[in-house]
Amino acid sequence: MTENLVDIRNLNVRFSGARTVHAINDLTLTLKQGETMALLGESGSGKSVTLKTLLRLLPPKRSHIDGNIVVNGVDVLTLSGKKLQAYRGEEVSMVFQEPGLALDPVYTVGDQIAESVMRHKGVRKDEALSTALDMLRRVRIPSPERRLHNYPHELSGGMLQRVMIALALACRPRLLLADEPTTALDATVQIQILLLLRDLQKEFGMGVIFVTHDIGVAVEVSERIAVMYAGQIVEEGTTREIIKDPRHPYTRGLLAANLHDAARGARLNAIPGAPPPLDTRPDACSFAPRCPLAEPQCLAALPPVHSPNDRRRVACIHPNAPILAE
Amino acid sequence: MSKTETLADTQPDKGGPAQPLLIVRNLQKYFPVRGGIFGGKKAVVQAVDGVSFEVKKGETLGIVGESGCGKSTTARLLIGLLDKDKGEIIYDGQDLGGTLSLRELRRGVQMVFQDSYASLNPRLTIEASIAFGARIQGLSDPVGRARKLMERVGLAPDRFAQRYPHEVSGGQRQRINIARALAMSPRLVVLDEAVSALDKSVEAQVLNLLADLRREFGLTYIFISHDLNVVRYISDRILVMYLGEVVEIAPVDDIWTSQAHPYTRSLFSAMPSMDPDNRTKEPPLAGDPPNPINPPSGCRFHTRCRFSEDVCKAKVPLLHPLTAGSDHLAACHLHDISSGHSKAGKDVFE
Ligand SMILES: Nc1ncnc2c1ncn2[C@@H]1O[C@H](COP(=O)(O)OP(=O)(O)O)[C@@H](O)[C@H]1O
Ligand SMILES: Nc1ncnc2c1ncn2[C@@H]1O[C@H](COP(=O)(O)OP(=O)(O)O)[C@@H](O)[C@H]1O
Ligand code: SF4
Ligand SMILES: [Mg+2]
Ligand SMILES: [Mg+2]
Repeated sequence: MTENLVDIRNLNVRFSGARTVHAINDLTLTLKQGETMALLGESGSGKSVTLKTLLRLLPPKRSHIDGNIVVNGVDVLTLSGKKLQAYRGEEVSMVFQEPGLALDPVYTVGDQIAESVMRHKGVRKDEALSTALDMLRRVRIPSPERRLHNYPHELSGGMLQRVMIALALACRPRLLLADEPTTALDATVQIQILLLLRDLQKEFGMGVIFVTHDIGVAVEVSERIAVMYAGQIVEEGTTREIIKDPRHPYTRGLLAANLHDAARGARLNAIPGAPPPLDTRPDACSFAPRCPLAEPQCLAALPPVHSPNDRRRVACIHPNAPILAE
Repeated sequence: MSKTETLADTQPDKGGPAQPLLIVRNLQKYFPVRGGIFGGKKAVVQAVDGVSFEVKKGETLGIVGESGCGKSTTARLLIGLLDKDKGEIIYDGQDLGGTLSLRELRRGVQMVFQDSYASLNPRLTIEASIAFGARIQGLSDPVGRARKLMERVGLAPDRFAQRYPHEVSGGQRQRINIARALAMSPRLVVLDEAVSALDKSVEAQVLNLLADLRREFGLTYIFISHDLNVVRYISDRILVMYLGEVVEIAPVDDIWTSQAHPYTRSLFSAMPSMDPDNRTKEPPLAGDPPNPINPPSGCRFHTRCRFSEDVCKAKVPLLHPLTAGSDHLAACHLHDISSGHSKAGKDVFE
């Protein structure tokens, strides 16, 4: 167990308020040191909530969390005060879809990176600034000396995301959480950032949980994929297993909907309907109402988790169903 | 054979089958903007600059390109939401501003936007929203028409007619927008990132719907998207824009197998790999697209193109067929033997 960088056991997250939302339902997930895992799922499936829970960013009054989260030996859900601050930034950091929201418009990017380094590493300003410069170089920002003195609004979208990554990695966290960091970028910029993250992961050796709704993005960055639906992981495996041998009907539907191999003009084998409301805790297969293979038992109880090998799992009564030739 | 059932009150065809439904020539739209990076000076965004293309009756033309390249501005010009600075828009043989009035154009050309919230009035019921345009245009029985269309786009009128836009999902709102466009009995529908905000599984449902409607009503589409897979799936031809200009147009299969313009090539190579054993090794381009304020001289792509030579900075490459009579067009000096580019006419991508 100690070899796991991240160990999430039976996590449940429920929001109360005007509406009750069972955002995460019995989620179990492990990540080994230095591993990159993609959390793949459509909007509302609970990807961001999973990351925010890991970073303890949820509003305490309205969120009800139970389960266990251990990151690098630290019991995350009991952290508070200074320890929580140290955990955020030193152990774990995050990059978001909108770097504009995470960066402060009134400080130069150099000062922001340096400030974070001073706070977490207790070094002097000049040393922190040289770390900042080194980080800008590592994220391959051209003319980094000059860029150090730029304000966020002076940078393009791709540059901002590089700065965000530099800021996130400046304190050498063991775990990087990335929440759709390339979704707002153009295609030719997105691929640059994906390959940069892939290289930096190798260079720094941190574990990465990369949230995305785009299968192609997951393929480019991750060695493992966990597919989320209605706050649960419905399938997990190596990227190769998920792409070449998807087992869960939802994963198969997602792959088909990517359209990369759809015959032009042919009718798409679309998943009907929409994801379920999350106002009650699921007590059956959440995908059953949309599933072409559903049977009465799928609506009667939670599906068993089939685990053909160590870290491969499929939450479906048909884990071995042949792939339908359409 | 597909049966073509026309929407009630569709405008009659004027030009005959050989007449393109839409011809756009040298369309231009510049936006004056304040200061920008040039301090106090007035700057100009060259959002659409000399764009020309045709859309045949019944075809789907896909338009791709990165954000800011002028796709939406082109779309807005086509439906008269923006005034053009220059150029011609010829709809079924009739010149906008000449024989064709804006009102007539708007009957024939409808648009569906990406943001399904912003384009619907939150205070109108779904039924009223769909009936609205038809009523304004004085078409008969707007409510009956709205209910029929709701049925057709998969929104049961009994369940949805009296609900409001915020009470339904994104996919359902996009169905409303499609019904609303069709209520005007258009012949051409411009879909600007119409499925881009939807989740993949819902997107596939809406794409099926769009394909069915096109067939049933004999529609012509201009389909704008940043997702090449989606564009390939739905389009007959693809038009690629870069910084306000058209750099390539070709039938889908041609452009999918061989992109002629170096930018198109890069754009296609930037698509994430779907093969874990064969991931992308090098990003095809470095940096972000340049600013359309003060775009590069000559070929606007020359600042990022690995084949750029002096001629590319000096001379604007014109859009022309790769070989005489070909329907594959590109605007690059590599494809013009007389351009003076040292690699002109050679297969540089090997
Ligand atoms: N702070 C919150 N309060 C109430 N509901 C929330 C909150 N944050 C997220 N949710 C709900 O939790 C579910 C999962 O959201 P999220 O994790 O953001 O999905 P995604 O997979 O798109 O990132 C959604 O139904 C969302 O509306
Ligand atoms: N109303 C406007 N005023 C000023 N600039 C605009 C306006 N509309 C669009 N632009 C600019 O014109 C360029 C093209 O924009 P747009 O047509 O929306 O591109 P796309 O749809 O391809 O992303 C962009 O640089 C954009 O900022
Ligand atoms: S004209 Fe020159 S710079 Fe432009 S795409 Fe062709 S080779 Fe590249
Ligand atoms: Mg999210
Ligand atoms: Mg646009």
